[in-house]
Amino acid sequence: MDLTLILAAGVASGTILLFAAIGEIFAERSGVINLGVEGMMLMGAVAGFSIAAATDNPWIGLVVAMLAGGALSLLHAVVSIHLRADQVISGLALTFLGTGLARVLGDGLSGEVVTTLPRITVPLLVDVPFVGAVLFREQSVLTYVGLLLVPVAWFWIDRTRPGLHLRAVGERPAAADAQGVNVARTRYIYVFVGGLLAGLAGATITLAISPGWFGDQTVGGRGWIAVGLVIFAQWSPMRAVIGAYLFGAIFRFIIDIQGVPAILGVNNPFSAGRSATFFLEMLPYLFVIVVVIIGSREALRRRVGAPAALGIPYVRGERGI
Amino acid sequence: MTTNTATSEPSTTIPLAIEAIGIVKSFPGVLACGQVEFDLREGEIHALLGENGAGKSTLMNVLAGLYRPEGGIVRVGGRTVDFHSPRDAIAAGIGMVHQHFALVPSMTVAENVLLGLDRPRFRLDLRQTEAEVARLAEEVGMRVEPGARIWQLSVGEQQRVEIIKLLFHGARILILDEPTAVLAPQEIAELFDTLRAMVAAGRSVVFISHKLAEVLAIADRITVMRAGKVTAASLDPHGITRSELAHRMVGRHVIETPARKPVKTGRLVLSVVDVSATNDRGRPALQGASLEARAGEIVGIAAVAGNGQSELAEVITGLRLCTGRVTVNGTEVSARPPSVAIHSGVAHVPEDRTGVGSAPNLSMIDNLILRGFRSAPLAHGPFLDARASRTKAEGLRGVYAISTPTIDAPARILSGGNLQRLILAREIDTEPTLLVAVQPTRGLDVGAIEGVHQLLLGLRERGTAILLISEELEELLALADRILVMYEGRIVGSFETPKADNIDEMGLLMTGGAEAAPEPASAQPQ
Amino acid sequence: MIIRLEPREHVPAWLSPALTIGAVVAALAIGAVILAFVGGDPVRAYAHIIDAAFGDIGVLSDTLVKATPLILTGLACALAFRMRLWNIGAEGQFLLGAWGASAVVLFPILPAGTPSIVLIPVMMIAGALAGALWGLIPGFLRARLGVNEIITTLMLNYVALAWLQFWVFGPWSEGGFQQTRPFPPEALLPRLTDFSKDFPILAGLTTHLGMVFAIVAVAIMSVVVSRTRWGYEMRLIGDNPRAARYAGIDITKYVIVVFAISGALAGLAGMSEVTGVVHRLQDRISPGYGFTAIIIAYLAHFGPWRVVVASILFGALILAGREIQPSGVPAMIQGIILFCLIASEVLVRYRIRIIRRTVATA
Repeated sequence: MDLTLILAAGVASGTILLFAAIGEIFAERSGVINLGVEGMMLMGAVAGFSIAAATDNPWIGLVVAMLAGGALSLLHAVVSIHLRADQVISGLALTFLGTGLARVLGDGLSGEVVTTLPRITVPLLVDVPFVGAVLFREQSVLTYVGLLLVPVAWFWIDRTRPGLHLRAVGERPAAADAQGVNVARTRYIYVFVGGLLAGLAGATITLAISPGWFGDQTVGGRGWIAVGLVIFAQWSPMRAVIGAYLFGAIFRFIIDIQGVPAILGVNNPFSAGRSATFFLEMLPYLFVIVVVIIGSREALRRRVGAPAALGIPYVRGERGI
Repeated sequence: MTTNTATSEPSTTIPLAIEAIGIVKSFPGVLACGQVEFDLREGEIHALLGENGAGKSTLMNVLAGLYRPEGGIVRVGGRTVDFHSPRDAIAAGIGMVHQHFALVPSMTVAENVLLGLDRPRFRLDLRQTEAEVARLAEEVGMRVEPGARIWQLSVGEQQRVEIIKLLFHGARILILDEPTAVLAPQEIAELFDTLRAMVAAGRSVVFISHKLAEVLAIADRITVMRAGKVTAASLDPHGITRSELAHRMVGRHVIETPARKPVKTGRLVLSVVDVSATNDRGRPALQGASLEARAGEIVGIAAVAGNGQSELAEVITGLRLCTGRVTVNGTEVSARPPSVAIHSGVAHVPEDRTGVGSAPNLSMIDNLILRGFRSAPLAHGPFLDARASRTKAEGLRGVYAISTPTIDAPARILSGGNLQRLILAREIDTEPTLLVAVQPTRGLDVGAIEGVHQLLLGLRERGTAILLISEELEELLALADRILVMYEGRIVGSFETPKADNIDEMGLLMTGGAEAAPEPASAQPQ
Repeated sequence: MIIRLEPREHVPAWLSPALTIGAVVAALAIGAVILAFVGGDPVRAYAHIIDAAFGDIGVLSDTLVKATPLILTGLACALAFRMRLWNIGAEGQFLLGAWGASAVVLFPILPAGTPSIVLIPVMMIAGALAGALWGLIPGFLRARLGVNEIITTLMLNYVALAWLQFWVFGPWSEGGFQQTRPFPPEALLPRLTDFSKDFPILAGLTTHLGMVFAIVAVAIMSVVVSRTRWGYEMRLIGDNPRAARYAGIDITKYVIVVFAISGALAGLAGMSEVTGVVHRLQDRISPGYGFTAIIIAYLAHFGPWRVVVASILFGALILAGREIQPSGVPAMIQGIILFCLIASEVLVRYRIRIIRRTVATA
C-alpha cells in the first residue's frame, strides 16, 4: 500500500470524474442542469471502445466517443431550452436512453481488446519529490489533458468575455438577453460542451484507465458521482479537481485494501472474497452524500451556490408591461 | 372641447432621432400596439404617458430591439432600421433602462458594463474597465462604485449603473421605463437634473410614465397611449392641464377614491416592538422597527424600495425570522411559523401575486379555498367538500367581480387585476383582525385600483386594522389614517393627520435626510 | 416568418391523454427504427412482446406478477413527484424492503413455525419500515439541510445493493451461494395457483397476494390525493412552495412524511416480491423496478389509477423483453418513451403559432 501509488492511481481514476464534472460545471453555469451524465458517459465508453476495436485506433475512438456524448446532450438541450421542459426529468430520460443504447450497442463487446491510449512519463517534472511520482510518472495522456483542462476552464469562465456571457446567462438570463447575448445559443453550446466532456470521460475509462466493456458496470454510477462533485466543487473547476482526485484515490484504496492480509496485526476483515468487502463498496457513494451535504451547507452559509437561473427555462418576458 | 390645443409645432427643421410608423405588435390574446406612430426629436425629453397596460413599454421594447414588430417601420437618424436583437439597437445608439434592471446581481458594476460590449473580444481587463467607468461617471456627474457587486447597491444606485452602462455603450438615445417608481422625491429631482444635463449635451430621452405630475415637470413633449393606440400625440406640457391629460389617458378623470369616513379606532391589534431582521442576502433589513395599529384604522408605510418594508410584512405574517416582539391581539407571532399568524386573524395580500400569493397552475377554486380549507364548511375531518368549495368560490367570484369565463381554469390565466381581486376576495373573506397589504395596486389599471381602494376602505369600516405598504404616496394620502415613514429598517417619521403638503417632508425622511419625527409612532385612541 | 410557442390559455380535457398515447406510439416507432438499424427485427420483436405478455391467461398472470412491484414503486414515485420531490431511490428502498421482510424470517425475528396470519403482516410492516427508513434519510437531508435529493436517493441505491449483497453473500448465504435459504411456507404470499385444487382453472397462475396490496394502496392514495386536505396541501406544495408556506403549511414536515411513505410503498413492493415470487432473498431481485417506476409515474401524470395501467404496460415490456435480442432494448425504449412524453408535454402547455411579418409601406 504505497501512498504514492495509491495517489497516482487516484489521479488516473479521478481524471474520469474530472472530465465529467467540468463538463457538467459548464452546463450548469449556463443555467441548464443535465442529469444525463451517466448515460452520456456510457455512450462515450461504448462508442469509443467499439470504434477503437473496429479501427484499431484509439484516437478515432476517442473522437467518436466525444461526439456520441455531445449528440446525446443535444437531445437534452433541445428539450430543455427550446421546449422548456422540466430539466430534471429530461436528464433522467437521457440517462435511461444512454444506458439502454449503450447496452444495445455494447452487445457482444465484452471480451474485446483494444489498443489503449499511450502513457507518458514527463521527463523533468517526474523528478520533483513526491508530486512528480504521483502526477507525472506513467500517466495516460488523458490525465495530462485533465490537468491542463482545470486552469484553462477556470480562466475561460472567470477571465474571458465568453466566460462573462456564460456566467450572466446562468445567473440572470434576462439581463444577458437585454445586453444582446443570445441566451439560447449560449446554453446550447455549453450543454454540448458538457456532452463532449462526458463522452470523453467515458472513453477515458474504456480506452485508458480500465479498458474493456463490462456493461453498465463500466461506468458504475460515476456519472452520478460527478454530478454530486459539482455541488461539492461549488461550480468551480479548481475545487472540482480536488474532489475528483480524492474520489479517485478512494476507489483505488478500496481495491488495494482488499489485498492486504493484516491491518495493524489484526486479520483484515476486508480482504478479497470476504463478505465485508461490500461495506467497502458503499464507501464512494456514502462519501458523495457527505460531500453533497458539505456543499449544501456551505452554499447556505455563504449565500452563494448554484447559478441563480439553474434549471429554470428562459422565456423572454412575453407580456412586457 | 378645442381641437389639438396643445400640440407642438411640426418639426420641419428639427432632426428626428427616431421615427416609428405604423408599429404593430401583439401577444397571445392581446394587441399591445395597433398602428402606433411615434417620433423623438434630437435634444428633447419626450414623455410617453399611459396607464398600466396601455402599450408604452411594448412600443419602447420594439425600439430597443427586444421585440420584433409584426408590422411597421422604424427610422433612426433618418435611416430605416430592422433590429433583430438589443445589440442592434445599442449599435444604433439606442439604450433602454427597464423597470426591472438588466443587471446580474452577483457580478460587479464593471462586469455588468462590459456585458454588452464587443471589446475586449476575449481577455477581460477589469481594472481598466473600472477606471473607465469611474471616469465616465464623473463626466456626467453621477456617483458609482465600479468594483461593487450589484446586490450590494441600493435600488437608486442600481439605476445609476444602468444609465452609466448605456452611456458607456455610446447611447445617444435613452429610453427610461417608469424610472421614478423606485425613487424618493429627492432622488427624482436628482434624476431630472441628470436628464436635463444629458439632453443639453446633445442626447435625446424618452421618458415612460403613468405619473401626470412628473411628466408635466420634465417633458418637452407628451404623447399619450391607451389600449395600444396613441390617443394624443405631441402635446405641449405648457398648454395642458392634468385633468385633460388624465382624460386622454383613461377616458375619464383621475382616480376617484371615495373619501374616508371617520371611524372610531378601537383596541390595539398589532404591536411591533424593536424588531430586527435580515434580508435574503444576509444584510440587515429591519433595525429596531416599532409601530402599532388599531382596529378600524389604516396605517400607511411610506418607503423607497429596499428599506425594509417588504421584510416588515414578512415578519408580521410569519414568513421571516426576527428578533424583537410582534404581537397580534396579544398573541406573539414573531419568529413563529405562518400558521400562528393566520390563526390570530392575520390576512396577507403579498407583494408577489404569482410567486407567493397564488398557485398559478392550480384552479381558481383551489386558490380561493387556500385560507378556509382546513375546517368546516369546506372540510369535514380530513376530507374536502368539493361542492362547498365550488359554492364558496362562485360566491366570491360574484361578490368581488373576478372576471373569468370559468373558475375551474388555472389561476395563471387571470389578468393582474383579476388575480389581485381573487387574492383580496380570499383574504378579506376571512374577516381578518389585521390585513397586511403590500403594494396592492401595483401594475393595475385605474378601474382595478379604484376597486381595491373601495375594498380596503370597506374593511376599515368593519373594524379591521390594515397595514398598507405602498410606493404610491398619493395612494397612502388617500387611504391612510396615519402614515409612517421607513428608512433603512427603522420608522423615522410619523404623520398623524397626513396632508398633501407633507409630501416634501415625507420625501426627505424617505431618503434619510432629516431628524426623526417629533411625534411618537403610535396613535392615541380618539 | 416567426415560429412561436404561445402559452395555452385553455387546455381541452382530451388533449393530455391523447398526447400521452401519441407519445408512446411515437416512442415505439422510434424504437423500431433503432432496432432495425442495429440489425434486429422490430415487427417480430413487438409481436413477440404482445404474445409473450398477453397471449393467454397464463402469461397474462405472469404480466400481472411483474406489474405488482411496479404499481407499488410507481405509486411511490408518483406520490413524491407530485410534490416535485425527486425520489430516484425507489430501487434502493425496494431492496431494503426485501431485506427487512427477509430479516423477520432469517434473523430470525419471529420464531420458525409462526403462523402466516402473524408472519405475513409482520413481514409487511418490516418491509415497509425498512423502505421508509431508507426514504427518510434523503427526506430529512432535503427538508432540514436543503440537500439535493436526487443525488442522495441515487447514491443510497448503490449502498442498498451493497448492503443486500453483504447479507446474501455473508451471514445468510446458503452454502456459499448467492442466495439465502428458501423461506418457510408460512412466509409465502398465497398465489392463485394455490387454490387450483378447488378451482382447477387457476392452475399455474402465479399472481399473488401482493397484487391485492397494490390495488388497496392505489385506492387509498387515490382518495387521499383527490379528496383530502393532505392531497390539497401536497398539490399546493408541488405547484408553488412559497404559496404553500404563505398558506401556513409546514413544508418540512410534508417532505419528511412523503419521503417516508414513498419509501414504505417501495419497501412493501420489495417484501411482496420476495414473499410472493422469489421465495428467498437474492441480490438480483430487481430488474430495475425502481427506475421503471419513474417513467411509470411520469407516464401516469402521477395519477394512482393511471399508474396501474402504465404498470401493466411496462410489466409486459419487462416480461417479454428478457427474450429480445439485443438486451438493453427495453431500457432504451423506456428512455425514448420518457423523452417523447416530455416533448408531448410541451404541446399541452403551449400552442404553436406561425406569424408572417408584414411591413407597412409608409
